[in-house]
Amino acid sequence: MEHAIWAEGLVKRFGQTTALDGVDLAVRPGTVLGLLGPNGAGKTTAVRVLATLLQPDAGRATVRGYDVVRQAHQVRQLVGLTGQYASVDEALTGAENLVLIGRLLGMPRKRAKQRAHELLAQFNLGDAADRAVKTYSGGMRRRLDLAASLVGRPPLLFLDEPTTGLDPRARSELWELIRNLVADGVTVLLTTQYLDEADALADEIVVIDEGRVIATGTPEELKAKTGGQSLAVRPAESSDLPTVVSVVGELAGVGPDVTGDLVTVPVSDPHLLPAVMRRLDEAGVVVTELTLSSSSLDEVFLTLTGHPAESQDESEGSPA
Amino acid sequence: MTTATIPEVSPRVGPVEGLRQSLTLAWRTVVQVRHNPWEMSDFSIQPIMFVLLFTYVFGGAIAGSTSDYLTFMLPGMVVMNMLFVTLYVGQGLNTDLTKGVFDRLRSLPVARWAPLAGRIAADQVKQAWSIVLVLGVGMLLGFRLGTSVAGLLGAVVLLLVFALAFSWVAVLVGVVAKDPERVQIFGFTALFPLTFVSNVFVPAETMPGWLPAFVNVNPISILADACRGLMLGEPTYTGAVAAPVIQSLVWAGAILAVFAPLSVWALKRRV
Repeated sequence: MEHAIWAEGLVKRFGQTTALDGVDLAVRPGTVLGLLGPNGAGKTTAVRVLATLLQPDAGRATVRGYDVVRQAHQVRQLVGLTGQYASVDEALTGAENLVLIGRLLGMPRKRAKQRAHELLAQFNLGDAADRAVKTYSGGMRRRLDLAASLVGRPPLLFLDEPTTGLDPRARSELWELIRNLVADGVTVLLTTQYLDEADALADEIVVIDEGRVIATGTPEELKAKTGGQSLAVRPAESSDLPTVVSVVGELAGVGPDVTGDLVTVPVSDPHLLPAVMRRLDEAGVVVTELTLSSSSLDEVFLTLTGHPAESQDESEGSPA
Repeated sequence: MTTATIPEVSPRVGPVEGLRQSLTLAWRTVVQVRHNPWEMSDFSIQPIMFVLLFTYVFGGAIAGSTSDYLTFMLPGMVVMNMLFVTLYVGQGLNTDLTKGVFDRLRSLPVARWAPLAGRIAADQVKQAWSIVLVLGVGMLLGFRLGTSVAGLLGAVVLLLVFALAFSWVAVLVGVVAKDPERVQIFGFTALFPLTFVSNVFVPAETMPGWLPAFVNVNPISILADACRGLMLGEPTYTGAVAAPVIQSLVWAGAILAVFAPLSVWALKRRV
């Protein structure tokens, strides 16, 4: 079957930095692909290449069969893009921004206005239609950004970290809007740093790190693969630390992470907890902390990459 | 709403479409001014102040009479002010680049040249306003045309053509600068000496050493001379009119030929 989005061996370098190091992607029409990774993993660069904003140094990508380099103009007609960088004009009102895009897409003035108000109503921005965007709250701003990418009713939507920096309520509002679009048959490529977001929205998740795909699967498959839970043990005596590390490591089958006195390891089997308790008891180790909690993205990364997800403020892609 | 219908996909943008898109983007800049009229006063108050200060504070000392000085200085003042206003092209472009508006525009199926052309076209409105403003203030203070309305219109057209070419310098500054404030700082730092070391405010002959040589080749002097010729006519203005007009056009062509490709190259590197 023909893929809505397809990429093979995408490479993009910025000077000494390799942002994409051979990325393959395949997205079926009408599904949501979650591109999951930490800051600086190459997510934004991948989206920018697929949205024709950047040219790859190697590899090939198509959107609905159109090559993103040679047939960029066709691709632009099919894709709506929303991201922190693909923004609206703060000096204009919400309505003016949408009318501007409608006019640029070739709509007559009347239809552009009609479409703008339709979208503003749909995105619950009707009251703010004639206010300058710089007066909008973060959540309103993101909804307008999303609306702006839908003016031309594109069959594909690229959302680059659509909820980063939003409060939980604004976040779930945006999720609901995205789900409605998917129900209408839109194919979505979504990047996120949050496991729960990918879990909530994506049919399939691609985990990338340092420009490479390190895991692919449905959210369920990934959770099974990475354990999905995390075991933390803190011995009362620092001298017991090596014993704890070896017991935990042996039972979990993965090398644990040690931060100070805290030993953590991703686990998939809930029966591990009593086993660890029993073995530590036998070894005469007293613990002050023993917890089993849901995996954070950091732990998923630890499992998949063998190194923690670095959350340094390294910005991705070009400085645009 | 059904978003999933497969739209008809066209292979390219025609030049007429591209022109329409540029005009739509120019409309956007005009709307920005309507929302923020203070931006207009940014480049309206300062020129009025300059005309008043130069005429009444320096005029007597430089030319012996304020009205003689006004006649000499005003055409040059129009040139200087128009160049400063042209810097707004760079500031607007830089804002679009840093805020991400430019990427949004690039992600749309519009002609690749439309975002830049729209920006430059919109700013011609501001430039025209700056010319009319300085001329208007000058006429209120007693500046009189020595030629005809045709001469005046000729000067305005020449100024706008030159501004169109000079816009590309502003585009380059806008692309290279990190943020909009720096566009302004960089622009002023470069433009102030260039406009003052010209014949805008005083005749070149009064300057020492090698300065007159520079002043006479400075395109700002040449454009100011062309405007004097077109507005005042040959009896008042001592040179021939045709030479500075042609030289101004040559300068405009040269600036365009150097800075347009340079700006486009810098823009491609930045985005």
